[in-house]
Amino acid sequence: MSAKPEKLVEMRGVKLQFADKVILDDVNFSVQTQEVLVIMGLSGGGKSTLLSILMGLLKPNAGSVLFKKEDLTKLSRSKLNEARTHIGMVYQNAALVSSMNVRENVGLPLTELSDKNDKEIDSIVDQKLELVELKDAKDKLPSELSGGMQKRVGLARALAMEPELILFDEPTAGLDPINSKHIDDLIIRLRDKQRVTAIVVTHEMESAFAVATRMAFLHEGKIILEGTPEVFRHSDNPIVSEFLSSYSNHEHAKE
Amino acid sequence: MVWMGKETVSEIVERIAAHHAPFRLEHFFYQSNRAGVGSVPMVILLSVFVGLTMALLTGYQLQRFGLVTLVPAVVSVSFTREMGPLFTGIVLASRIGAAYTAELGAMTAGGEVDAIEGMGIGALRYLVTPRILAIFCLTPCLTIISVVSGILGGALISSLMLQISYSYFYDQVMTNLLVKDVMAGIVKSLLFGAIIGMIACYKGLSVKGGAVGVGIATTSSVVIAISAVIACDSFCNIVMVTFFP
Repeated sequence: MSAKPEKLVEMRGVKLQFADKVILDDVNFSVQTQEVLVIMGLSGGGKSTLLSILMGLLKPNAGSVLFKKEDLTKLSRSKLNEARTHIGMVYQNAALVSSMNVRENVGLPLTELSDKNDKEIDSIVDQKLELVELKDAKDKLPSELSGGMQKRVGLARALAMEPELILFDEPTAGLDPINSKHIDDLIIRLRDKQRVTAIVVTHEMESAFAVATRMAFLHEGKIILEGTPEVFRHSDNPIVSEFLSSYSNHEHAKE
Repeated sequence: MVWMGKETVSEIVERIAAHHAPFRLEHFFYQSNRAGVGSVPMVILLSVFVGLTMALLTGYQLQRFGLVTLVPAVVSVSFTREMGPLFTGIVLASRIGAAYTAELGAMTAGGEVDAIEGMGIGALRYLVTPRILAIFCLTPCLTIISVVSGILGGALISSLMLQISYSYFYDQVMTNLLVKDVMAGIVKSLLFGAIIGMIACYKGLSVKGGAVGVGIATTSSVVIAISAVIACDSFCNIVMVTFFP
């Protein structure tokens, strides 16, 4: 009998508001190891904010965020920083350090947080850049790269510390179909071959259905539907249905 | 700003407790080179002209009372205690303070600071410490350069227009300049360096909005830093005159 997969991340009753505006209201979900949870929702619906809370960059007004059974909202800064080394994040705008070249960007967490020497760091950087097929671009500055390449470098940086959880914030937003597919393929490869656990925030349907093992829909600060891609395809929830049908490729996804 | 200072120190302490260097020396040297070496020409140029003007105008006034021989003492003491640190502070606030704010502001607006924080690196320790330490250590060095340049400018004009020889000027400077004057200048410059660094970094890290936000923060940083330097200078003078007359 196989062991029940463990919950790697869990959000319990998370509420966040700025002044009178409620961004997240009683959000509950969990992600098990080796699962890819895709969170969808309208723009400005709090999806990226949710990832910021998971990274400990924002503190919720109420609720708890458990990562490996530790509540991130209650950790001291040093413990939180330690927890963050087990979580990688790929930002919507890549957020690469503009004054550093690709190699330095990918090696940054290793240089700052590990005891590895330069040779070991270079070898890991090469390995991660090879994974995202950007080994030839390692001496380039972020400004010399296209949007898709920047996101791939962001992914290589997120993978540098071998995290247990990777958060993707709109990984394919603003990319052409070829680059979008490239990113999706990378996530699928990580999911299937490296067995990583991931939370992907997106509103790109094709991408969402391609990478998800489970999905959640965030609307007006609440998760209104959670389930497998199959559940979403056949959902009769009016908001989810409208959201899915507004994409031209929805029918394709349904098939 | 107090929060930023406290958090930065606490991040450094935690880092040292974990047996890691609090920051990379190469970052400190890079920032020192930028703040210090890069500012030398401007500090020299400004100080020479100010010293020259000061000696000339003071000399013409003192000539009327037959006291032109006091020019070397006036120039050296006032430059060491007051003008050197103050002009260095103003040059650094406008040149380096603006650069720090714009740089950190652009990084904040572009999500780079959040990304560094999100990796668990500690953005304050990583970004703020080498910058503040560089300007803190380099301001006294630049102040000394400013003082020497100002006095040389004064000596030059005194020789050309007030008939004061270089050797007499030098003797008078050495006779009148006291250790406490030099110490006063150094202490002030250390404070100015810390103030400029703290204000510039705080303004940069608290940028909101895109390019416009960076512009507003940079202007505000320079204005506040220069005002704070002048206010701190006045406060230091009051303290020094009261307790070390």
